[in-house]
Amino acid sequence: MFKRFANWMPGFWALLFLLVPIGGVATFVAAPYFDIWLPRDVSEHGHVIDGLFMFILYLTGIVFIVTELVLFYFMWKYSSKKTAAPVAYSHGSHSLEVVWTIIPAVTLLFIAIYQMDAWAASKMRAPEIPPTVEVTGRQFNWDFRYPGKDGELYTHDDVVRTDGKLYLPYGKEVLLKITSADVLHSFFLPNMRMKQDVVPGMEQSMWFKATAGGSYDIVCAELCGWGHYKMKGEVTFLPPDEFDAKLQELRSDADTMTVEVAETD
Amino acid sequence: MSTVPVDSAAASAGHAEHAHAGGFLRTYVFSLDHKIIGLQFLFSTLIWFIVGGLLALGVRWQLAYPWRPMPILGELVAQTEGGQIAPEVYTMLVTMHASVMIFFVIIPVLAGAFGNYLIPLMIGADDMAFPTLNMLSYWFMWPAFLAMGASFFVEGGASQGGWTAYPPFALTQGTGQALWLVGLTMVGISSMMGSVNYLTTIIQMRAPGMTMFRLPMTIWGMFITAVLQAFALPVLTAAGFMQMADLQLGTGFFIPDGWSANNAAAQSGGGQPLLWQHLFWFYSHPAVYIMILPAMGMVSDMLSCFARKPLFGYKPMVYSIAGIAGLGFVVWGHHMFVSGMNPALGMTFMVSTMMIALPSAIKTFNWLGTIWRGNLQFTTPMLFSLSFVSMFIIGGLSGIFMAATPVDIFIHDTYYIVAHFHYVLFAGTAMAVLGAIYFWFPKMFGRMMNDSWGKVHFFLSFVLMNCVFFPMHILGMQGFPRRLADPYHYGTFRHLLPLNQFMSWCAFLLVGVQIIFVINFFWSMFFGPRAGRNPWHANGLEWQAPSPPGHGNFDFQPMIYRGPYEYNSPEVDEDYYPQTQPPAEGAPAPPEAGH
Ligand SMILES: [Cu+2]
Ligand SMILES: [Cu+2]
Repeated sequence: MFKRFANWMPGFWALLFLLVPIGGVATFVAAPYFDIWLPRDVSEHGHVIDGLFMFILYLTGIVFIVTELVLFYFMWKYSSKKTAAPVAYSHGSHSLEVVWTIIPAVTLLFIAIYQMDAWAASKMRAPEIPPTVEVTGRQFNWDFRYPGKDGELYTHDDVVRTDGKLYLPYGKEVLLKITSADVLHSFFLPNMRMKQDVVPGMEQSMWFKATAGGSYDIVCAELCGWGHYKMKGEVTFLPPDEFDAKLQELRSDADTMTVEVAETD
Repeated sequence: MSTVPVDSAAASAGHAEHAHAGGFLRTYVFSLDHKIIGLQFLFSTLIWFIVGGLLALGVRWQLAYPWRPMPILGELVAQTEGGQIAPEVYTMLVTMHASVMIFFVIIPVLAGAFGNYLIPLMIGADDMAFPTLNMLSYWFMWPAFLAMGASFFVEGGASQGGWTAYPPFALTQGTGQALWLVGLTMVGISSMMGSVNYLTTIIQMRAPGMTMFRLPMTIWGMFITAVLQAFALPVLTAAGFMQMADLQLGTGFFIPDGWSANNAAAQSGGGQPLLWQHLFWFYSHPAVYIMILPAMGMVSDMLSCFARKPLFGYKPMVYSIAGIAGLGFVVWGHHMFVSGMNPALGMTFMVSTMMIALPSAIKTFNWLGTIWRGNLQFTTPMLFSLSFVSMFIIGGLSGIFMAATPVDIFIHDTYYIVAHFHYVLFAGTAMAVLGAIYFWFPKMFGRMMNDSWGKVHFFLSFVLMNCVFFPMHILGMQGFPRRLADPYHYGTFRHLLPLNQFMSWCAFLLVGVQIIFVINFFWSMFFGPRAGRNPWHANGLEWQAPSPPGHGNFDFQPMIYRGPYEYNSPEVDEDYYPQTQPPAEGAPAPPEAGH
């Protein structure tokens, strides 16, 4: 049974490998039609990260398509069943090696340098503003600590909410302090293109400026126990004046805990 | 057993002195023969490959049908009544799937099975430099097998701490975690014994004429792997002991001040959770290369053989794996971009990580150069090798996304990374290993595997694995996190359920079709056509030995005249030119064959 296919098999294998670039590109082209893509971005800096993602996607996409097509073409052309040409007795080519060392080296170095500013903006250049909220990860919930009536965080009248709902203003830079009460977690805001692991014993910062209102997921992205999957929160962005009103409401809410912790600075 | 002289000429000549130790136990169980030890590693890892595959099925079931009892396998895998996968069981499945596949399958199948089997044969030695140490390196795997195997049955079950075992969460895991650490340490001891042996053997016991630059790429891959292991493993072993001390003795290497979990009393503290991550990745990033360099080497050898053409750019290939080894030690921080490590360090690690993509690119171009203007024979091992190149392109390119720190902020710990390492480790290494089994099977057992069924196995595996792993890229773009027992708890991921069901069914089939391989393997072992010494008309030294080679490997004194890639050389009429074949004229006398 297998012998009958022997004649068209070499072409068959080449075509099978041709499916790799075709299927690969098709997957990315079709994905948006199934509503699968980078999630909605509502942050000021997010488009930079998305732009870098797309830049690398196109760049690697071209390399992917070209190399896979070359592989297909060589398989098609140099199959022993098809080619009568003598084998090139060659051990390599010095000039080719130089070319395909230098071009990727320069490209990779360029990508690295090109990314640095976005990285610094997201993780190194913290704004010099008082922290808006303190976030605490605990198995398996996100707690939020807001400033009390004095408008300052880390004082006696701070209020703590444990319902997993975070309120933040949009159109205005916010600074979050992030800590853990137990194990590692990761505070992931997909729509903000922000993620920061939460490490017990360390205080992390996260900052961004939201550009639109609405409610979005808070995801825990670091394995923290059996309930990791349900360590879900929700962030709601409000206009700055509504945010202030919301703070007032939270301060007077019966569910709110007023912390009796020692003042830190 | 006589000790093996370390001097290479004497070693090759000395094989006749080997006592042919009698008895079943000595020959097949506590054997000192590198070939038997290699096969012991091969069979052990293949059994664990099945275990790891079944664990993955549990994971895929839960992602396709969350909380629905898993038929047939459920009670076995989930260990709960009715087979429903509880969230803690899911976390355990994820942890143990990775741990088994990495520590019991990929690392030992490359270095343990193929390293052991091929190194002496390919360099012309009659055995390893230290046969007893070699035997011990296999038998030290058993405490690891038993510890991790037993951990499934202790109270609390096997570890749920993730294969990366990040404290402090891993420290809440109890007995399962302690057994996991014992297993890890034993695997480390075994690998260390192996690497010392491989390094000594390759440096000291090459046959006359086998210069370093006449070594096949397989041996270069094994050599650099051994270097990486020898220098990186002590760090992991030390870290393992520290975590064990934290877990059992109340120390606080990885525990911050005032820390407590599960409402337990606060521990002494004074430690740093990030310290573990640094130590762990200082080993485990080089381990990524430990898990791919030997596969790259074997693929290079198979490509050249079935393209009937010299390997393109042998020396650049060697230099690039040496470059990987050097750079491999300064990129571990790319696993920690969002860990809380100083972000300025993140920039340095981004640059080094980008640069380590370069040697991989060079290797890929050289593989393409190798098949260019060749005479390609699409045998089963060749198809697996070509697929390695095709898949490694995907796995290599997707790594660039992770290396770019700002992009990594978003895709870190999503399915993008899951796609990336499955393309490298499954579609890359595991497929290369399958190809290598088809390729060296005739040498190991003296019989050929069935090529037609091999191709059926290849075709189905190739198609199915792409259906399982490629969609993970777009899941990752959506931000779909890894290790969630029920990702659909988030409304934003609910529309990904049908895609996950498709992927899961392909995964079930992918595991299912491996039965073709298993049957082919065992059937061919006993009934396959006899292979002869050199069924593929390959140049490598191992193909000049009998199939299977007897004790002491060679029935003649190997003498090496050239590198292993002289296919279609104008000097000879045949399209291959074995390393041992003396040059036509003006050459030293041919080595005496058969004595
Ligand atoms: Cu979590
Ligand atoms: Cu790494």
